[in-house]
Amino acid sequence: MSEGEPRLLDSGEAALVMEFGSTVDPAISDRVLALDDALGADPPEGLRERVPTYRSLMLHYDPLVLDREALAERVQTLVAGAVARAGTPTLWTLPCCYDAPHGEDIAQVAERTGLSPEAIVATHAGATYRVYMYGFAPGFAYLGGLPKTLAVPRRASPRPPHPRNAVVIGGGLAAVATVPMPTGWYVIGATPARLYAPEREQSFFIGAGDLIRFEPVDVTTFDALTAREAAGEPVARREEAVR
Amino acid sequence: MTALVIESAGPGVTLQDGGRHGYLRYGITAAGPMDPLMHATANRAAGNPLDATTIEVSTGGLTVTAEGGPLGIAMVSRSFRITLDGAALPDAVALTLEPGRTLTVRAGASGAWGYLAVQGRIDVAPVLGSTATHTRSGLGGLDGRGLAAGDRLPVAEPRAGEVSPHRLIAPWLVRNPETIRVVLGPQDDYFAADQIDAFLAGPWTVSPRGDRMACFLDGAPLTHAKGHDIVSDGVAMGAIQVPGNGLPIILMADRQSTGGYPKIATVIGPDLGRLAQAQGGTRLSFRSVTVADAVAARRAERDALREPVPRDPVVRTDFASDFLLALNLVDGVTDGGA
Repeated sequence: MSEGEPRLLDSGEAALVMEFGSTVDPAISDRVLALDDALGADPPEGLRERVPTYRSLMLHYDPLVLDREALAERVQTLVAGAVARAGTPTLWTLPCCYDAPHGEDIAQVAERTGLSPEAIVATHAGATYRVYMYGFAPGFAYLGGLPKTLAVPRRASPRPPHPRNAVVIGGGLAAVATVPMPTGWYVIGATPARLYAPEREQSFFIGAGDLIRFEPVDVTTFDALTAREAAGEPVARREEAVR
Repeated sequence: MTALVIESAGPGVTLQDGGRHGYLRYGITAAGPMDPLMHATANRAAGNPLDATTIEVSTGGLTVTAEGGPLGIAMVSRSFRITLDGAALPDAVALTLEPGRTLTVRAGASGAWGYLAVQGRIDVAPVLGSTATHTRSGLGGLDGRGLAAGDRLPVAEPRAGEVSPHRLIAPWLVRNPETIRVVLGPQDDYFAADQIDAFLAGPWTVSPRGDRMACFLDGAPLTHAKGHDIVSDGVAMGAIQVPGNGLPIILMADRQSTGGYPKIATVIGPDLGRLAQAQGGTRLSFRSVTVADAVAARRAERDALREPVPRDPVVRTDFASDFLLALNLVDGVTDGGA
């Protein structure tokens, strides 16, 4: 489907959706995140939540405080002004252990792609990913930027639950799956970094639009980093990325 | 310290407050009450903030006692069977639970959820700013799970309530589930006009397999005009998605924050509780309204909750003989409190 003009859609009387397209595309994501930033910098009273996704921004609002038309006008004005994202995206380096027992589905991915396990690790760790959105589960980060050679379809039926902080691929995308649950994705590793920790002062630290790289570590290092993370010392490294 | 003790709780009985807001962008479900209006009514009747923590009682039922002192309670339902030491009470009632007395709530002929508010604050630690329980991700409430026998809920700043039980009069909770109002969209363009008409007209039957996450409808399947897979986007409570099998699924309080099926319409906020209360087997259809209509209905709801909930003393003529026999126990409340 071709990408037409952005559309403003109602989802009931308490949510508006600004839809920029219908596909997974970094240019569409940029527009979503730019609008998200602009509204976040100066939120109108009564705007309750902003939910960026691949191709739209959902705005939950209290219609008894914020009039639908006022919000719509604000959004349309920002979109017409072609707001751009402020600043450069943050680049995070996440340690990732691909070895057994963490990369438990690597053999299956090797079977489906024809790549060796070593090549799978090198390819996955050699790419830079964009956080398109969170969804599905707390802190479940959908990542774009998976090299095409690793684009395996998702499983026809889910596999048993994976441990927390699994690094997964499927359907042409990559993800970090924070919470154990059955999944149709392939588990190729695990990160000791906790993208989501409800008890931590900053429960989430990676935002939509941020970039992620994975740095291979062995099991011993993984265990040591997991202990540091548990002691409250973050093991994800933050760097300023060049846009 | 005053506490409410759970003597027994069926599956699906959880603590809920107004919901965990502000974290949808990180994939955190808001949770909160299935019937927001009834939840707020229970809190209003108990003199609490409207979004305070209550016990959401499923059709699995609940039995509680008070510990440490008398505790004012508002238990609000539609047609649930509520008893105090075996004596029948109205389905929406304010009373004082004295230590040693047992309040029991059982499912009735209609309704799927009831709300027990205490006069005071159920003192459990909020997670991400809310006590709402989301069992799927193990967040909120008591360790992210449903309530169970033996749980003890400390009550901060407890207040005793009515000396004798009072019937709560909340006519706004008398809601007919047969017609549910919706705003069409956001993906109604995925359906041809005749399919929109078929969706509205139904009739649909509420499937018994619904839960806090979703309400499933059975009926004649709808067809999509341009496929049933969309790139995931945000999902509001009440969003009606139509997956490949053509049978609508209405996403409720425990829904995921995003989803990948076209959403033909969205149930308006004031009708979410009406829908949530529909037991399996209920037949319903939909009516399309404008956003302005929906906002007007919201305003009317808010206005209904501005004033204290009217109440009448429970009088003997309302009750069956077994209750009359037990009345000396109820009358004893005044003596016991002196």
